Amino acid sequence: MSLTLLFFVLLLLSATGFYMGRAAAVGASATTQRPLHSLSSFYGWYVLLWCGIPAMMVYVVWIALEGPIVELLVARTMPEAAATGNMGLALSEMRNIAAGITPPGAASAETLRAVEHYKWLSTIAGAALWVVALAAGVMGLAFARGRVSPELRARNSVERVLEIFFLIASVIAILTTIGILLSLIFETVAFFLQVSPIEFLFSTAWSPMLAIRPDQVGASGSFGAVPLFLGTMLIASIAMLTAVPIGLMTAVYMTEYAPKVVRAWGKPILEILAGIPTVVFGFFAALTVAPAIRDFGALIGLEIAAQSALAAGIVMGLMLIPFVSSLSDDVINAVPQSMRDGSYALGATKSETTMRVLLPAALPGIMASVILAFSKALGETMIVVMAAGIAANTTLNPLESVTTVTVNISALLTGEAEFDSPKTLAAFALGFVLFVVTLALNLVALKVVQRYREQYE
Amino acid sequence: MSDVTHSGGVGLPSRHIGDEAAKRLKRRYAAEARFKFFGMAALSAACLSLLVLLWTIVSEGYTAFQQTHIKIEVEFSPDNIAPAGTADRRRLMAGDYRAVLFEALDRKWSDVTDRDGQRLLEGLFGSGAEVQLRDMVVADPSLIGRKVEVWLLSHSDVDMFFKGHVGADEASGGRMAARQVAWIEALRAKGEIEKRFHGRFLTGADSRDPEMVGVLGGVMGSIFTLAICFLLAFPLGIMAAIYLEEYAPKNRFTEIVEININNLAAVPSVVFGLLGLAVFIAFFGMPRSTPLVGGFVLALMSLPTVIIAARAAIKAVPPSIREAALGIGASKMQMIFHHVLPLAMPGILTGTIITMSHALGETAPLLMIGMVAFITDVPGGALDAATVLPVQIFMWADNPERGFIEKTSAAIMVLLAFMLVMNAGAIWLRKRFERRW
Repeated sequence: MSLTLLFFVLLLLSATGFYMGRAAAVGASATTQRPLHSLSSFYGWYVLLWCGIPAMMVYVVWIALEGPIVELLVARTMPEAAATGNMGLALSEMRNIAAGITPPGAASAETLRAVEHYKWLSTIAGAALWVVALAAGVMGLAFARGRVSPELRARNSVERVLEIFFLIASVIAILTTIGILLSLIFETVAFFLQVSPIEFLFSTAWSPMLAIRPDQVGASGSFGAVPLFLGTMLIASIAMLTAVPIGLMTAVYMTEYAPKVVRAWGKPILEILAGIPTVVFGFFAALTVAPAIRDFGALIGLEIAAQSALAAGIVMGLMLIPFVSSLSDDVINAVPQSMRDGSYALGATKSETTMRVLLPAALPGIMASVILAFSKALGETMIVVMAAGIAANTTLNPLESVTTVTVNISALLTGEAEFDSPKTLAAFALGFVLFVVTLALNLVALKVVQRYREQYE
Repeated sequence: MSDVTHSGGVGLPSRHIGDEAAKRLKRRYAAEARFKFFGMAALSAACLSLLVLLWTIVSEGYTAFQQTHIKIEVEFSPDNIAPAGTADRRRLMAGDYRAVLFEALDRKWSDVTDRDGQRLLEGLFGSGAEVQLRDMVVADPSLIGRKVEVWLLSHSDVDMFFKGHVGADEASGGRMAARQVAWIEALRAKGEIEKRFHGRFLTGADSRDPEMVGVLGGVMGSIFTLAICFLLAFPLGIMAAIYLEEYAPKNRFTEIVEININNLAAVPSVVFGLLGLAVFIAFFGMPRSTPLVGGFVLALMSLPTVIIAARAAIKAVPPSIREAALGIGASKMQMIFHHVLPLAMPGILTGTIITMSHALGETAPLLMIGMVAFITDVPGGALDAATVLPVQIFMWADNPERGFIEKTSAAIMVLLAFMLVMNAGAIWLRKRFERRW
């Protein structure tokens, strides 16, 4: 792989820079009889950074932009495709032929010409990358090597650069958020240009898969997301009804009652439960819990759907138990001992102390943990994908099958999809709703926790 | 306030003596016992559900490491494969091994001559048996022209029945015909059908037939993906943590970064999948379905958690260490790299490994970026189309064929073992290197 090879060549060049810089500094110091300003290795790092940074920047930017630019150039040689408006399709066909995935047999003459052009441009671009990146590296190396002298404050420069790296690393989190926001907003706006937001938010008809003809833009199915929102709420509520009482009682028992042995065993068990991947919970829900619930329903004469909201909700609740209990554990532990002692001194039993002193005192923290768990339940995907099904029923009956926002995001995007169809864009609109709602819940919860911490510190 | 007074001294019973009080006390103690019981019940429920889950997985899955084989004598006749002495791999691969198998069936069950019966006999073996025969000949071309007794993989339906996961007929979940059951019982009596160790499950990749699937494709995909994720998230996480703990001034910008990191840690994973699809695949044109993109997405997802863990570890290094280093003339950067980081490293590594083990179990964002493809080769690098173990589990779980339940459960066992190793490593690191000041 020539790109990987180039990467290692650049690394090697930088390493050479290090040794050259160090040797140059030591040599200069010896010939001029002046002491070095910094330790000799800093001169090595100085040259290494001057060599490596420009070369790597060229490398990364080139790789990121090569594909789009080459395609743009190729697209300009394809007037037929541009005229019919099928540029995206033609380009992907061209890519597939060039990569040898599809045989060129059925392609038009124009596409074949484009394939040749594409291959040629790609070769040129690959070769040019080698030249440009190596030139950047060598130039940086020569420049830095020339500047090495005993007076050069190499340590200060190197440390300054590292500090900037650190700053950039911490900004990546912000860039990620911006990336999420931009990608979601762009696609969502594109979606709302084709489907009215009113329909999306208030209509109850959800059938995105019903594309009657592929060229029927905006008319493929209907996009009323209310059943999805209701289904998500229903399953998340069932999950909370399972997780909150069990998780909270577990936390109370572990902090107030449990003997050391039980704590020593209980904590790791809850941690194991917390570490189990959601896909395993999903499999468990579909294989064991859902049939068990259906059989139980049949036993008492209730008809329960094979993929009932109840099964998905309960298993999601199981998943959230450790989450709720560990967060509640922390906040209950944080209530000052003096409050317990005061309550015991008045003659209250442990349960009375818990119910009337500890829980009210810890309430904000517990509320925050419940909110966080709820937000986790809204965003949970695999359990519902595997256990809740895809039928968009507008119902609040937990015995029926419902679908959720996350199920549809993954269903709409799994498999090959064109980027401009409302079907794909709908997934981004759903993702946007999910992101906004969970973000709001998280912000509220974090605020509450912060307040609560200040109260007792 | 009123003319009714409750002065205990003049003979009126106190609130704390007498039947009334005793009853109340009893009630309170009962409530206490009830409350404690609820607490125990909640903890038991949590533990019990874990046990049931693990039990389900293990009891369904442990049999997947063995597969039912049937002993049969086959003749590698040159007519069906290639003339004896051929060493050309391509020709050996293209041989008609189905015919080899069918001839062997005809010899073994020479009494079965009717059309239906032959079809049922053929149904005892799946495509796995042919692949097995082919692999034998490719490995040892001198077999051509010889008659050999071999143990061949049976069809998954036979396997399920023989292992006792399903009954014989459709009512009990099986897919055997009465005649097939009779043949199997006859083979059992002669000791010509048995469960044998099935290494292919650990060394193979995906397949349409449950008896032929293996987890190695998913495992390698997971390893490549996690490696990319680690290579990105670990250094970036440490660098960001150093900045926030050691350099960042207390101002609005730092506050925003901190809030941002905390929030990002709680964004649903499926949203990261959307980000990966829109940015890495659609915008930058990175190849779909590859561990490279998967690693990028998981790295962005785990970065906030790694930063939080690294900050906690760096914060735990006492200020006296920093002051001592600065006091003897180290620069700030030297103080960090020579003293703070080495002391914080065990904590950072522990946090990172735990985050990586979560990333290992992550499925949803990888579905979005196309790692859900059907791939029958073990990927050889981060740029090959691949799937990861949890996604493999998801795909097998989706398959209606009964044999896949066993394989899914066994793949989950492999995944959990993988995670167990990682977590044990983290615990070991913590125990071995963690210092308290």
